Amino acid sequence: MLKIGSLSFQSRLLLGTGKYPSFEIQKEAVEVSETEILTFAVRRMNIFEASQPNFLEQLDTNKYTLLPNTAGAKTAAEAVRIAKLAKASGLCDMIKVEVIGCDQTLLPDPIETLKATEELVKEGFIVLPYTSDDVVLARKLQEAGCHAVMPGASPIGSGQGIINPVNLSFIIEQAVVPVIVDAGIGSPADAALAMELGADGVLLNTAVSAAKDPVKMAKAMRLAIEAGWLGYEAGRIEKKRYATASSPKEGMSIG
Amino acid sequence: MEVVLNGELIQLPAHVEFVSDVLKHFKVHDKVVVVEINGEILSTIEHQSTRLSDKDRIELVHFVGGG
Repeated sequence: MLKIGSLSFQSRLLLGTGKYPSFEIQKEAVEVSETEILTFAVRRMNIFEASQPNFLEQLDTNKYTLLPNTAGAKTAAEAVRIAKLAKASGLCDMIKVEVIGCDQTLLPDPIETLKATEELVKEGFIVLPYTSDDVVLARKLQEAGCHAVMPGASPIGSGQGIINPVNLSFIIEQAVVPVIVDAGIGSPADAALAMELGADGVLLNTAVSAAKDPVKMAKAMRLAIEAGWLGYEAGRIEKKRYATASSPKEGMSIG
Repeated sequence: MEVVLNGELIQLPAHVEFVSDVLKHFKVHDKVVVVEINGEILSTIEHQSTRLSDKDRIELVHFVGGG
């Protein structure tokens, strides 16, 4: 069971809702992923073309917990405003703090992320900051009262997978709140590795939405996350330099 | 009255007096929409009771796909 603040979830996969080829494919992918948490962005409505369909309208919002993000914010103040706009919908108390500090790498601004987290915790939000894989920053976000930390595996949408498993495992080891690996996941192997490192969940979007077959990839990610989690709980063997026979040596000379 | 709606200066017809009227006027009253007026975010119940003034800056935002 994944517990974030006062909420509990069976699924450890958090799914983004951007960039799918069609709503039909997206709907199916969301269903087979068995996710319970969907992320969204908050944007100005195109009121002059308001008849355009919106994915949220096609969802049973009782079935999913919405995790709006503050994407687009470059300062803590902007992130707080977006979070408050999202909450005013009456549909969610959770917020993914995302304050980007670099347009090319889309890496988060650590100082503004921390400031936004502090303020939103005070405002009573369930706060999940997207952060770099900085161990000290993750600790400070926890001290600020965040409800989960979400270190990136590699740059957003890059599909490079986990480029610093050591840092991620340091964050996981000292975490007192769930650690959700967010951003950069490319393949099911990456997602499984995140879970094997001891992460509590994985948030991904492009790896599914831009896959050749998003529905099949959504299923693959679900299975990988479950496999990685089970593997972590089961406890893997130590690595050894040389072979150890699996079959007994006794009774070998039959003749 | 003249207002700035999502960054665009527009003229509203005379019968549009309250925030809820704007939502109906643009046919978004049955959608998930959050309203901000002059930097103040409104709760859903305030849509009915908030009267518009000339030159108000209105933002209508919603949820879109994102990661």
